[in-house]
Amino acid sequence: MTTTPLLRVKGLTKTFRMYHLDSMLHAFEDISFDLYQGEFLLLRGHNGAGKSTLLRTIWRSYLPVAGQVLYASSHGEIDLANAADVDIALLRREEIGFVTQFLNARPRVAAQDIVAEPLRLAGATQAEALDQARHWLDQFGVRPELWRAYPSTFSGGEQQKVNLARALILPQKLLLLDEPTASLDVGARAALVRRLADLKSQGVAIIGVFHHPGDVAELIDREINLNTRVIADQSAEEDHVAV
Amino acid sequence: MSLDLGLPALERAAPRLMRTEPLLNMRDISKSYGNVRALRDVDAAVYPGEVMGIVGESGSGKSTLLRMMNLEDTPDSGNYTLRLPGRENENLFDLTRYERRMLCARNIGIVYQNPHLGLLMKHSSSGNVAERLLIAGERSFEVLRDKAREALDASEFPLDRMDARPIELSGGMQQRVQLAKAIALEPALLLLDEPTTGLDVSVQALVLDTLKRLQRDRKITMVLVSHDLGVIRTMADRVMVMRHGEVVEQGLADQVFQDPQHPYTQQLVHAKL
Repeated sequence: MTTTPLLRVKGLTKTFRMYHLDSMLHAFEDISFDLYQGEFLLLRGHNGAGKSTLLRTIWRSYLPVAGQVLYASSHGEIDLANAADVDIALLRREEIGFVTQFLNARPRVAAQDIVAEPLRLAGATQAEALDQARHWLDQFGVRPELWRAYPSTFSGGEQQKVNLARALILPQKLLLLDEPTASLDVGARAALVRRLADLKSQGVAIIGVFHHPGDVAELIDREINLNTRVIADQSAEEDHVAV
Repeated sequence: MSLDLGLPALERAAPRLMRTEPLLNMRDISKSYGNVRALRDVDAAVYPGEVMGIVGESGSGKSTLLRMMNLEDTPDSGNYTLRLPGRENENLFDLTRYERRMLCARNIGIVYQNPHLGLLMKHSSSGNVAERLLIAGERSFEVLRDKAREALDASEFPLDRMDARPIELSGGMQQRVQLAKAIALEPALLLLDEPTTGLDVSVQALVLDTLKRLQRDRKITMVLVSHDLGVIRTMADRVMVMRHGEVVEQGLADQVFQDPQHPYTQQLVHAKL
């Protein structure tokens, strides 16, 4: 690795203050690691170890209490830990993606329009965006007769396919995955792994939490184990991993 | 006060990547009515194309703030600018009553919770929409009718009823007429004051969906006031939380709902069903 990292996380710490209990909850403390373009980083740890919390803190649904998340955006370097809300909103539109297991279905918006929306917002024509949207719905195994239907009534698995097609339609620089394979059938899971491999080879950096990491085994470059609060960096070559 | 609640969240920096200036900028707005402080040192910045949500209970000052944005009222102190061509540095509170009225008619649309505030209930729906255009100087009957039709259609109002009077319409349809009137002149700013409060849940969802579509298709900058967190969560990109005339917290909508920082916001979020 000769290039500079896309993401440099330093001493990142998250606690939740719970005023009604007059107490606080430690989620994780002093997390540090670097992430390079095209790298796939797996977060490991038992339930409650803070894997999803770490993803959400980088995405900024959660506000960290200490540390830095230095991100090399195409507009210059910025610290996601304390960036202005409007800057975070801009990066979410343009270069950072977050995939959860839940679809934010909206009433009366067709599956293909939900999927096409990120492309539309990025300036693609309606025809172009719909074309791509249908391609990805097909890839994830959503049947054509559902493309123009409203996903609010779809089953969990079908909703998740729509969700993934939408989340992965626009290549981003950084992709955060929070258990995207939950509730997927075999075909959709295979399509997801293919798409992730494809994005990775285009240079997209990925941080993921997986219930069954075996699903993406061939993509994983490095792991961070959130159970162990000691320095987990034993390899001198890969000195950009430190937990 | 408390034992050990650990470190507070990191202070957020000023915008660095955002290249555009806010469309709406309010600074140090304070207002008292007699002994009641309605607003205290309120700052607000809303960027082009954003939906800003304002939440808070009755009496928090959220509607008062919205009325100021609509220039219906002026504060005791404070500054208000809109980045409209040629008026970038003008404190809009310094304008005369007439200038304010013209500026509003051309650049700001508003939808009130109570349709009686926004509509003439005994005039036709299309007439209500056309009135806005008349104020702005349009005189051709053809153009008035066409533009009214177009705005009603964009608000998903059934055109076969465009000559019905609002008093004969359901609550959801009345809100669509208000919306059509508000967007007829393609305003830079759309203000929504509890636009779906009091509607049946199913009707509420349809009206919100119409707003979403408009926002997506026309990129209208919106400020939405509601005490209903569900409405704010569905619509807003960013949220300001108000209490006793002050902004106690603001942030990205998902952050305010998932990781509220202020004790009042935590209470509000936890109280939501």
